[in-house]
Amino acid sequence: MTEQDGNLVEVTDLRKEFGGLVATNDVDFTIPRGAIVALIGPNGAGKTTFFNMLTGVYKPTSGSIVFDGVEVSDLPPHAITALGIGRTFQNIRLFPHMTAVENVLVGMHCRLHSGIIGSILRTPKVRQEEREAVDRARELLVYSGLPRRHRERAASLPYGDQRRLEVARALATDPKLLLLDEPTAGMNPQETADFTAFVSRVRDERGLTVLLIEHDMKVVMGVSERVTVLEYGAKIAEGTPHEVQRDERVIEAYLGKGATTE
Amino acid sequence: MTTAADRARTWVSGRDRSLWVAAGLIVLAVLYPSLVESLQDLPLIGDFVPSVSGMVVMLAFTTMAIGLNVVVGYAGLLDLGYVAFYAAGAYTAGWFASQQFDQWTFHFGSVGIVKSLPGIHLSVWLVLLIAGLFTLVVGILIGLPTLRLRGDYLAIVTLGFGEIVPQFVRNADEEGIGFDLTHGAFGIAPIDSLGFGSLGERLGLPESFQTSTDRAKWFYLTAVLILLITVFCSVRLRDSRLGRAWIAIREDETAAAAMGVPLMRTKTWSYAIGAFFGGVAGAFYSSFRSGAFPADFYFNISVFLLCMVILGGMGSVWGVILGGMLLAYLNVEGLSTIGAKIQDAGLDFDPTKYQFGIYGLIIVAMMLFRPTGLIPERRHAIELEEGVHDTPFYDVTTEATLTDRDPSDD
Repeated sequence: MTEQDGNLVEVTDLRKEFGGLVATNDVDFTIPRGAIVALIGPNGAGKTTFFNMLTGVYKPTSGSIVFDGVEVSDLPPHAITALGIGRTFQNIRLFPHMTAVENVLVGMHCRLHSGIIGSILRTPKVRQEEREAVDRARELLVYSGLPRRHRERAASLPYGDQRRLEVARALATDPKLLLLDEPTAGMNPQETADFTAFVSRVRDERGLTVLLIEHDMKVVMGVSERVTVLEYGAKIAEGTPHEVQRDERVIEAYLGKGATTE
Repeated sequence: MTTAADRARTWVSGRDRSLWVAAGLIVLAVLYPSLVESLQDLPLIGDFVPSVSGMVVMLAFTTMAIGLNVVVGYAGLLDLGYVAFYAAGAYTAGWFASQQFDQWTFHFGSVGIVKSLPGIHLSVWLVLLIAGLFTLVVGILIGLPTLRLRGDYLAIVTLGFGEIVPQFVRNADEEGIGFDLTHGAFGIAPIDSLGFGSLGERLGLPESFQTSTDRAKWFYLTAVLILLITVFCSVRLRDSRLGRAWIAIREDETAAAAMGVPLMRTKTWSYAIGAFFGGVAGAFYSSFRSGAFPADFYFNISVFLLCMVILGGMGSVWGVILGGMLLAYLNVEGLSTIGAKIQDAGLDFDPTKYQFGIYGLIIVAMMLFRPTGLIPERRHAIELEEGVHDTPFYDVTTEATLTDRDPSDD
């Protein structure tokens, strides 16, 4: 198995219980390197819980998550980010009073090295690192479709731009795996189409692997190569978008029993 | 909306302006001891002009407020026990520059005392640094267990530490812990003075500030220097990688962690750095008043410092300087001057009796009318390129597709 193929993420028997509620029920899941994988399911199916376990926000009750050969289920979020998982949030979680550039610079935190003494003295090395970081942040913003307003506070950007800024910030962590939690929620059809194209482009140009949670089936069918369907915390189907679309259990989960027979 | 060039220009001039203001204030501050007498002769306001030794106290407390601002203002961690750091700094000065440990006699750079005096007597300049570093370690030790908590819970635990430390210093004597560490309720006195020693004498500088005829002036100039260094470090750190991480944690802890900011380490650093400045200021102040007494380290000091930060504007260095000087002035001289005026007018009212009530009213009024503080924090963009980078960073072909954006926005 070379670096280029195989699975970037291998999840085995992953389980999360909140008291008596089983949010994720022994899920097995793999993400092939370089793929765009969609995670779908009705509301409350456990998709975001799954995301939060991948990124270390929640500790799994049991099971294992191996990312790029490393067991990550016991690591804190920042260590997982440093290993190469970048994410966005379902409800946008930018740093509202920081500018767009600063938001992206925070994303670079784990890739920068300046220390306390260096920052106080502002040594040439620190200056250069900061200058390069700012340049790279601006490039990332432009790349993510935010050519201007770099010095505006994140909170004052329009909604669509905030979504883009979140992606830029996630890309700044230099991820191998990009997790997008309902990235097109609240976007109009044109914005959604642009965004979908952007995700494919990011994958192709930056060699990333993408896992996205999405409700918009047009996006799911358009962009993803594999789809996994969760319902009540359990995996009920997995395959190409085409296969999943025809899966009886999936149709049932979304439309209710009887929908398949009509 | 202005053009990019205009914006860049106003920004540069804004930056210049604050540099000029800073330079002017520094010059005024240095000249203050020679100006103070003529200022005090002014009609009407003359009586309200603080004395030079009053200014020393004000500056020392403002330095602590700047340190607290790193914790509360930058990282957004509510610390109700900052007095612990003040105490740690003051007692470090007591240990290394007094007769507290008279079982040993060790002198290194001590000034103004005979060489045969028992006790550890290091140069107080060095002691300031040692106090900072010791307090930094105290900050890390207090921070490690407490900083896992968020919000109100953190505030309550820091409040606990703020109570533990004065109780500890009050009791850490022969009777309490079997070794006289803090001399119990009596405190440690006298603490050695800052000074330039015999080398300074040859240059016409005072050997020891305490015995010099210009005692207040020399302590004052040292206080100005310490405050300047503190402000400088504080501003540099705010605009650094670490400062960004602090502000990110303040804004959204979960998102900061997801972006690779190690929460514990980053928060602990804010604690440690805030503690460092508190320790230096505490050691300086105890050298100025020549003693460290447990009665000085109570909860009201923590609240007093927090009031300075809130009054000035959390996170805003200029604001905290203003808030700190203002409240410390009221505490040191202002209220009693005002009280004397009121009594001159024939009213029987002494505001110094109600000082904490008055600070409370100030805070309530601030929360109602100006919750962001006297000088709110302006979140500047970090522009290492001296402002020239505001030229759009994109090519015209992309711009053409961005019809929903107003070109004047940038």
